[in-house]
Amino acid sequence: MASMRDIKRRRDSIQSTEQITKAMKLVSTVKLQKSKSKAEASKPYFNLMYQTISSILRKSENLDHKYLRPGTSPKKAVVAITSNRGLAGGYNNNIVKLINAELPVGDTIVYSIGRKGRDGLQRKGYGIKADYSEVINEPLYQDAADLTLELLDSFARGEIGEIYLAYTSFKNTVTHIPKLIKLLPVEMEAGEDSEGKAHALMTYEPEEEEVLNSIVPKYMSSLIYGALLEAVASENGARMTAMDNATSNAEEMIEALSLQYNRARQGAITQELTEIVAGANAIS
Amino acid sequence: MADMFKLQIVTPERVFYEGDASMVELSTTEGDIGVYASHIPMTAIVSPGILKIHEGTQVKKAALHAGFIEVLPQEITIMAEVVEWPDEIDIKRADEARIRAERRLKDHNAEIDVLRAKMALRRALTRLSTRQ
Repeated sequence: MASMRDIKRRRDSIQSTEQITKAMKLVSTVKLQKSKSKAEASKPYFNLMYQTISSILRKSENLDHKYLRPGTSPKKAVVAITSNRGLAGGYNNNIVKLINAELPVGDTIVYSIGRKGRDGLQRKGYGIKADYSEVINEPLYQDAADLTLELLDSFARGEIGEIYLAYTSFKNTVTHIPKLIKLLPVEMEAGEDSEGKAHALMTYEPEEEEVLNSIVPKYMSSLIYGALLEAVASENGARMTAMDNATSNAEEMIEALSLQYNRARQGAITQELTEIVAGANAIS
Repeated sequence: MADMFKLQIVTPERVFYEGDASMVELSTTEGDIGVYASHIPMTAIVSPGILKIHEGTQVKKAALHAGFIEVLPQEITIMAEVVEWPDEIDIKRADEARIRAERRLKDHNAEIDVLRAKMALRRALTRLSTRQ
């Protein structure tokens, strides 16, 4: 059995760890509230954008547009959104695993947002083309627009044939789902034709093709921006859950150690008493 | 009095405007347009300009810089990348931007991006005229 002093030292150390995890949980709770409301505020834009794009594409099914067919290059680009900081449970690792499972190492170019994901993917052997890790601290729409321009530029030059986006979608405070979606070529899920709007009569000014030229980049930017905001909310949510678990684990350990400590103390006292009594008996 | 329609203006950060309007005026890449209720369905690209929202007799102004508009007979949606109410515009900054852009356009240097400077100038002018 460990000595009383060892148990006490262990318990103290766990206690200070608990204090840290508790503080981190509080901080991420506050951050979660903020990032959650931000993510929710951007939802209407994102949803409307999706509706508009799908209604345009549904109407013009046989349109042959450069953004609607894959490029000639076999290379795939992926925008990997993770965090700059760890201690968020499986948050970062889930994205790395998802990318590793879906996209081959040799043919994939990574545009990373978030240091942890960049390092993880680098270790797996992915080539990192560009790193925008600063962005995740305070995502702006402009950042998403700049990234979109760069991606479309590479796409137009034929360096990449497909563009993917990997991020953690925020369902609610405890559920976050890592997702991989295709940005380019634009693909819509079929089968939501039953909307009552008069899409069939839609006219375009200027021509459809030019409208698509201008709307697709906006669509991509809005997807990336929405993903950034959701990822930040998910990160804080994941960290909150992780820190909550850590705190309760620490509490459990402290309880067990306290019990051990008290047993050891009782044992020591009993032993001492026995020794004294034995000593007294021997003298008399 | 003209019929009212539902107008919704959304930006990536927030819902900018939501309500009933009788007419909306804005600039598109094809020219300035004014849209009443029961317009034929149309999608157009926004170019920088003043956005005027007529709510019956009242008119609200805003600076609209980029985005696109989807018109349906009873519902108009403007997906704006950048849009500002007059009181959100920093007039000094807009004026400085205007001067910078004008200078850049004047000294026909090969290195400067003429298109970008022109767009910057238009944005600045839109902001200034919205404010007045």
